[in-house]
Amino acid sequence: MTIPTSSIDQVIPGQGAMAQPEAAKPGRAAKRRKFRFISNKKAMTGIVILGIYLLFAIIGPWVAPYDPDARGKQFVAPPSADHWFGTTHLGQDVFSQILVGTRAVMLVGLAAGVIATILAVLIGVTAGYLGGGWDDSLSALSNVFLVIPALPLIIIVTAAVPSGGDTLVALIIGLTSWAWGARILRAQTLSLRRRDYVEASRATGESTWRIIIFEILPNLTAIIASGFVGTVIFAVTSEITLAFIGIGSATSWNWGTILFWAQSQQALAQGAWWWFVPAGLAIAFLGTALSLINFGIDEFVSPRLRSAGKTKIKTTSGRTVRMRVGFTPVLDNSAAPHTHASPIPVIGGKPTPVTRSKEATR
Amino acid sequence: MKFLIQRILFYLFTAWAAITINFFIPRLIPGDPVKSLLARFQGQMSSDAIDSLYVLFGLDKDASIWSQYVDYWKQLFQGDLGLSFTAFPSPVSEVISDALPWTVALVGITTVISFFLGTSLGVLAGWRRGSWIDGLLPATTFLSSVPYFWLGLLAIYLLAGPDSFFPSSGGYGTDVVPYPDWPFISSALQHSLLPALTILISSVSGWILSMRNMMVTVAAEDYITVAHAKGLSDRRVALSYAARNALLPNISGFALSLGFIVGGTLLVEIVFSYPGLGFLLFRAVGAKDYPLMQGIFLVITISVLVANLIADIAYLMLDPRTRKEG
Repeated sequence: MTIPTSSIDQVIPGQGAMAQPEAAKPGRAAKRRKFRFISNKKAMTGIVILGIYLLFAIIGPWVAPYDPDARGKQFVAPPSADHWFGTTHLGQDVFSQILVGTRAVMLVGLAAGVIATILAVLIGVTAGYLGGGWDDSLSALSNVFLVIPALPLIIIVTAAVPSGGDTLVALIIGLTSWAWGARILRAQTLSLRRRDYVEASRATGESTWRIIIFEILPNLTAIIASGFVGTVIFAVTSEITLAFIGIGSATSWNWGTILFWAQSQQALAQGAWWWFVPAGLAIAFLGTALSLINFGIDEFVSPRLRSAGKTKIKTTSGRTVRMRVGFTPVLDNSAAPHTHASPIPVIGGKPTPVTRSKEATR
Repeated sequence: MKFLIQRILFYLFTAWAAITINFFIPRLIPGDPVKSLLARFQGQMSSDAIDSLYVLFGLDKDASIWSQYVDYWKQLFQGDLGLSFTAFPSPVSEVISDALPWTVALVGITTVISFFLGTSLGVLAGWRRGSWIDGLLPATTFLSSVPYFWLGLLAIYLLAGPDSFFPSSGGYGTDVVPYPDWPFISSALQHSLLPALTILISSVSGWILSMRNMMVTVAAEDYITVAHAKGLSDRRVALSYAARNALLPNISGFALSLGFIVGGTLLVEIVFSYPGLGFLLFRAVGAKDYPLMQGIFLVITISVLVANLIADIAYLMLDPRTRKEG
């Protein structure tokens, strides 16, 4: 499980918050590995889509054709050349609302992800490495946070502090969603702490924190990255959910706010699909992009999970063979594909007659 | 047995933690939100009810936190969660017990169906890697990224309508009374189809993916090769050797992700105006009905803990190792 510390770090935006103490030497091997992660089709697609979102988070408010709050003359108008995604009940431009809303969504998602990841690393690695009483109490704490339904908790906390805004929402989501990452990190740290190289640095008298930071953490990079991406997905969905049910930030635009107005102004009954479909698709594509990056990381760490690609292969004689891990395909005379090792069927269903000469039997 | 006792102790601890969180949250509310609410119902509330709200919300600044905490527990054990402001003067416990069966029926049944369906598809996808089911994975990824409630909105827009078979909102038709007879049950079933379908579509993909990944991992184990070498049928190896072992982590995953799922499904209720806990929470949030919000959070948490305990018992029955240790 030696994962190059640099490769994942550089291709995932927002990962900069995770301190990487050991800068990987830009050798040929590192370059090749980096290329391998990007060459993963899923990860690459995800990164490209995420890049587009990040771009719009930065330039969104500048390129938006209208002020998202400005009222127009066309009410609940379908998409047209003037208003690409149509208008709302007040004549506001839905396209501009989505562009402007991207920034809040990305900011809250990334901020919550960073908070949760830092907590997960602190708690998970401490529990896994120190063991004993630390482990018992910290695992109990993370299990409690795992089992308590997060969304209702976030809803009632945010509802209790109504004037919080985006910062508070990010903080609450970050503080409540670290438990899953901590659990996985603890398990991985447990398996790392008895490795030879850790024992060796312990024997040379390195301090506990030095071992954790320089020996353990670099080998957890992939898991930390995948936990971060997972938390961002959860944070984005939770934030939009909060806005959709009308709590959290009421002043700034995000996609949930658009859905909130669409729902409360009976967009469905009016058949105004343009009002809620774009916001939902924006969420779905962002979520898909992040999941794809996560699959890329997973497959990078554990090659077994890769989609097998084309497993049915035609041989030169026109038969199909299904390739499988651990099995050598056996060809027989039937055209049916072989799925597993089975005795080669005997033609005719009878045992092959053995003709022996009289001399041999004697 | 030891395993089970450990788990029960853990759930008791979690319940205690949740109740303690619930005790502190109202004390975070800046200002005196309940004072204004009390003013709204001045003269209509009995002094007992006002006292119980003081205990729940810590408005009684004279008492120490500790004595407030003790009073809070005493009140909980009597089943007193305060009075609901939106459904005044009914107590919160009554309002919640009206909504709870709807949620248990909808969310409980669909979650279990989704788990079984997703797990079986995951077994297929993991066993026959590279078959057409692998082609479904990107689609399921997309579906699981969609928020539940948005899928619900889309379902209403596309499938429900005045002339459609699917009603767009409510838990039962306006022409029936909530009484356990056939017209009511069929109407309730008809109303639950679309929300159930929404939950199913968005939650099934998670199970497919985790089961597929476990199957792929298990399928490369030596004992699977041995089972094949013994000449057992492919089906038997897949189900009794690979799937059985791959199922164990999936069940503990099921228990742990229940909290997430329940959170998501509550939103489906909001979209469909389904008379369950989620819709109730939505209305409570809208009306700033703090006692009701607290009560709903408590009930949801306790239900999730109970469901977790059930999943643990299932795990106990499936994994012989946990039994041996006991």
